[in-house]
Amino acid sequence: MTADVLVPTSADEAASLYGDGAGITVVGGGTILLPEIAVGRAKPERALMLHRAGLGTIEVAGDRVVIGAMAPISAVADVPDGALGQVARHLADGEIRRTATVGGNIAAAAAADAQRGDLGAPLIALGARVRSTGAGGERIEPIEEFLAGDRGRLVLDVQYDRFERRSGTAALRRRHAHSFSVAAVVACARPDGSDLRIGVSGVGPTAVRCRAVEQSRDAADVLSDVEPIDDAVASAAYRRAVLPKLVRDALDQLEPA
Amino acid sequence: MKLIVNGMELDVVSPPLTPLLHVLRDELDITSPKAGCQQGGCGTCTVLVDGEPRRSCLTAVATVDGAAITTVEGLGERDALSPVQAAFHRHYAAQCGFCTPGMVIAATALIERAGGPVERDDVLEALGGHYCRCTGYVKIIDAVMAASRGEVEEIEDVPVSVAGEPEVQPKGSPA
Repeated sequence: MTADVLVPTSADEAASLYGDGAGITVVGGGTILLPEIAVGRAKPERALMLHRAGLGTIEVAGDRVVIGAMAPISAVADVPDGALGQVARHLADGEIRRTATVGGNIAAAAAADAQRGDLGAPLIALGARVRSTGAGGERIEPIEEFLAGDRGRLVLDVQYDRFERRSGTAALRRRHAHSFSVAAVVACARPDGSDLRIGVSGVGPTAVRCRAVEQSRDAADVLSDVEPIDDAVASAAYRRAVLPKLVRDALDQLEPA
Repeated sequence: MKLIVNGMELDVVSPPLTPLLHVLRDELDITSPKAGCQQGGCGTCTVLVDGEPRRSCLTAVATVDGAAITTVEGLGERDALSPVQAAFHRHYAAQCGFCTPGMVIAATALIERAGGPVERDDVLEALGGHYCRCTGYVKIIDAVMAASRGEVEEIEDVPVSVAGEPEVQPKGSPA
């Protein structure tokens, strides 16, 4: 069992205990870590538990939304700006959404057998930024860059700017089986079509921003943005077949009704 | 750490990262929450944490320090079943019974929240994370909808133990 458990009571204390993260296992909601411990794949020696660190608030202030890393997924279901709440409401099931956290969804390492992190797609489409701490101190970066890194940092919050947007979401998943998505696409743009951003999750180890499609607006180009993989949920070939259709569907929803 | 389990305040000494499931079963000897998959996938470990259903296998005990926990032991008595328990009995909603504790807890929370009759889709949503390998779900869904409508009939044939006879210990049961 765990040799050492740290329970910081403020964000600053959490950051200082985390340090550069060496040897630390971060415990958010625990929905990813506890099953790993149960089967012996994870044996934390020094666990940083964040439930008292005060990182669980969601602020909607004027033109900005700031979501604390420890906000439960169930709370994100109610945030403004449709796409994020819509995806959050479809993650796992209600019992898991009350326990799982936004920070864990963003920061947890890739799973061996399924692709996690469905909040990545809407957050990429909303142009969200991740504030994290770790080696080199605190920094804020676009979520697609955070996801592309090694994620060996402590997520503090995720934030995005609010402005009038249209959004489109399209996903393939087994609704009542609460398994991970086969593929999920979120697109957001201003009403005039500018500032188009597209995020795809479920097809590989992290959510990915689809810059090629953003440029060309051709759904088929998604296969130059992402490289779908095989896992227990779906084959790469199947994902390659359905993904352009999902992107097309999401883009179509951006058109005025 | 402390937990208020079915109304009783109890001290807990398990390490902070211990799943609530194992604190209940192994430290407190409350065995209605079942250790099924222990991966958050099956739902039979579900308990109420401050009234909300959560998977006890996914919940580190330190994160619910001081919370009120409700398990099936806190719902009804052998001769005074809760409305959901009575409806499960009436509608034959249990076969092997392994998923039943989680189903009953999740259904109880759903009906509590709705405060009145629930629709089939509400039940599917609320029980979406609960796997049953026997019933095909039809009878479970019927039972939950009946309980939400207050259709609880007197149950007269619940087996009761007779003095002098040993209670039946199911062979090979993971309980």
